[in-house]
Amino acid sequence: MATIISLDPRVTRMEIGVDSAQEAVPKNALDQFQTFEVFHQQKRGAHHVHVGSVHAPNSEMALVFAKEQYGRRGQTVNIWVVSTDHVLTMRGEDADVFETTPEKKYRDVAAYMVRNKVEAFKKSQKEGGDE
Amino acid sequence: MNSDAIKDLLLRVADDELIIAHRHSEWTGLGPLLEEDIAFSSIAQDKLGHAQALYSILHEKFSLATPDEMAFMRSEVDLRCCHLVELPNQDYAFSLMRHFLYDAAEYLRYSMLTKSTFEPLAQLARKVHGEIKYHLYHATTWVVQLGGNGTTESHDKMQRALDEVWPFALGMFEHGPYEEQLKTEGIFNGEDELKITWLNYVKDILNRAALIIPADAKHVLGGRHGYHTEYMAPLLLEMTEVYRTDPAAEW
Repeated sequence: MATIISLDPRVTRMEIGVDSAQEAVPKNALDQFQTFEVFHQQKRGAHHVHVGSVHAPNSEMALVFAKEQYGRRGQTVNIWVVSTDHVLTMRGEDADVFETTPEKKYRDVAAYMVRNKVEAFKKSQKEGGDE
Repeated sequence: MNSDAIKDLLLRVADDELIIAHRHSEWTGLGPLLEEDIAFSSIAQDKLGHAQALYSILHEKFSLATPDEMAFMRSEVDLRCCHLVELPNQDYAFSLMRHFLYDAAEYLRYSMLTKSTFEPLAQLARKVHGEIKYHLYHATTWVVQLGGNGTTESHDKMQRALDEVWPFALGMFEHGPYEEQLKTEGIFNGEDELKITWLNYVKDILNRAALIIPADAKHVLGGRHGYHTEYMAPLLLEMTEVYRTDPAAEW
């Protein structure tokens, strides 16, 4: 049987049949490992920040992979992995529970006019200093 | 200090790193899953970095050739690597088992070398300690996963790999010509001590992975004295092909 001759010697050495593309059986949809969400901590005491996900058969392997995928560049002091299944999230059709939030200005720090008072105080201090 | 003894030690550690880096890098783009492809390629790159650091010490302290020349311009008889690192990759179980047995020895060797009286080597050993710790963590997790927590098929593949690789792994601890000098001068505590701590470590992990160490295995020797397997010549040809087309080129 004729095999593939590639510029890449590693591929040539695999002795893949030229017509093996027809023999290949496609995998079933979603026939793959579960996913784990990865949280990266840049400095001691800092929050762990979600940076992406990895495929793995279990959490131990997920941590091994996450270290190299997300911790090999830049500063890292720790990494968490959490099974995606364990992340509880709001359903898309329930997004309306958040809808009135922008209107509730009184819950927002910006709604308190502290800055005006601070500015006024600074101004009075400055004027006082000039006298 | 005995500079011939130090040179021989650095050379065999560096040549092991260079050749296993090349073998590991052969998986790049062909790994069993994306995450593993990236992790294993990164490990290969680290190994190459260790080789380069060791060749740099040889170049700077003992006036040997530059790291590039050491890696790409030497002939087979001048290399001091063991046969374990030369073997061609087969299935992934083979490469993982070799990676595990090699990295356990490498981790323990560098741990010993952090206390070396040859300070440049002790410094390097301390610097790369964490890196090799991850390599061993990666290897150990895989071996336990496929051996003890996997399927019958994965277990059998790992056992087959262990049976094949074990005699070559024992060959890592072949004595060089300066074993006694290295010990008496406190440069390195010697291959025999390393082998004992290595055996303790790998026995424990292989036990957890439900894998059985082959009985009465012989040690495959020769690499530390310049004798290599039939796989070495084609490996060197392929690894050095680009460099040798124009050794003076600036990269």
